[in-house]
Amino acid sequence: MVTDNSDNWLLRVRGLTKIYGDPISNTIRYTGPKYGTNQCPETDAIVACAEIDFDLFHGEVLGVVGESGSGKSTLVQLLYFDQESTGGDVRFRGFENGDVNLLTVSNQKKRYIRNHLMGMVYQNPRDGLNFKFSAGGNIAEKLLMAGEFHVGRIRDRSSSLLERTEVPVPRMDNAPGSFSGGMQQRVQISKAIANNPPLLFLDEVTTGLDVSVQAKVLDLIRGLQRQLGISMIVVSHDLSVIRMLTDRTMVLKNGRIVEAGLTDQILQDPQHEYTQLLVSSLL
Amino acid sequence: MNPFLEVINLRKEFFLHILNDKKIDALEDINFSMNHGEIIGLTGKSGSGKSSLMKCLYGTYLINEGSVMYDSSQYGKIDLAKATEHEILRIRKKELTYCSQFLQVIPRVPALEIVAEQLIADGVDEGDALEKARSFLNRLGLPEELWDAYPSTFSGGEQQRINVAQAIISEPRFLLIDEPTASLDVRTKDVVIQMILDLKKSGTSVILITHDAYTLANLADRELKLTNGRIEEAEVATA
Repeated sequence: MVTDNSDNWLLRVRGLTKIYGDPISNTIRYTGPKYGTNQCPETDAIVACAEIDFDLFHGEVLGVVGESGSGKSTLVQLLYFDQESTGGDVRFRGFENGDVNLLTVSNQKKRYIRNHLMGMVYQNPRDGLNFKFSAGGNIAEKLLMAGEFHVGRIRDRSSSLLERTEVPVPRMDNAPGSFSGGMQQRVQISKAIANNPPLLFLDEVTTGLDVSVQAKVLDLIRGLQRQLGISMIVVSHDLSVIRMLTDRTMVLKNGRIVEAGLTDQILQDPQHEYTQLLVSSLL
Repeated sequence: MNPFLEVINLRKEFFLHILNDKKIDALEDINFSMNHGEIIGLTGKSGSGKSSLMKCLYGTYLINEGSVMYDSSQYGKIDLAKATEHEILRIRKKELTYCSQFLQVIPRVPALEIVAEQLIADGVDEGDALEKARSFLNRLGLPEELWDAYPSTFSGGEQQRINVAQAIISEPRFLLIDEPTASLDVRTKDVVIQMILDLKKSGTSVILITHDAYTLANLADRELKLTNGRIEEAEVATA
């Protein structure tokens, strides 16, 4: 169970669904792990994710695992408003005390939530950073969007963020294109947390980095969680990353949650056939 | 008196879809209770179900049948077999510690920081936490030159010392500890035994898995022996 009767949630998601193309009434019914497909048998509709229910608690780190195409990236992109949801109800305590469904608020309010209350780190730094701006400029952009216009304060905040993420501060005025992959990722993390968001999404942030750099990024994320108490949703296909970072995990297949539980339970006593396959394939 | 822990008719099986729905019976008819401040030694051959039982108590394994009534400080009496994930996480954070046989740590974090981490998370001042970690590692005889090194490169015995220190430094209310003395020399073994006895004095209740007769005799109040997933006999240890 990823939902809980207790009232200590920060984010409460019910029935979150994203369908591409034209669904018919049976589209959701005839897709999913039971049928082994995301595609509606009668139309070309693709169910990226459907009927997603979960609660994220204050200060909690929730993992999302699954193979490519399971819907795990879509899930966080819907929550960060990168994509528009087809349906569902999302409550967020950081905004109007969770009294409104985030999916139905105005675009202006969505922009406010994104800029002030959430952060996102993408797998590809090019999705999260503007490569035409300098590293410091990227952080400044996020701070400006969050309503900070004081140049001196922006500059100070940018350098302290880069320091925290171990990016050499003298390189603040260089463009991220001149940085290594690990350093680009750390700039992206600096940018994502610049506005002190209570909620951070991390989508495959260590994928494609070499192992020593991976360890450094993981350690940074864990430190941020411990020291700042940021709640996080961590998407990864790498079970070691999930083991090190998360308290609880949900497993997605064909756009549905097939199993959810304490991370050590998912990894050591998986119940669903797909999770058993996933865990037994671990190197 | 209210028992500290009461395990009633616990049963655990593994159902392996990927091996043609193979069923493995791990534990059956497990019944026992323990008092506050007691140390129970869990013994039995490899594969008899010791670690499985411990993982059922910690919530790593889901329990198929039965209950685990635990007199928690957070919630009072609670059935761990039915507790929510958040209740278990909170109990783990505040009072229940599990120390496995193997050290699993984040790469590139120095030994001393790993040992101090739980204390800092509990709100202890960082300087005090590091000081206590130093004294633990010192007592356990881990050479000082290793304190700022990364444990993934350590020997089995060195890793085990980190593991034990990490588990007991925050004086948990309830400690589950798997083979704490397995790869240690006699002197260090005695230190670990003494450290766990000190914990007991401060009020910790302990379930300990061990193959070592010396550790069992010097540490456990009582032995619980498992054979093929069932409790064979419960007897008072010789200590």
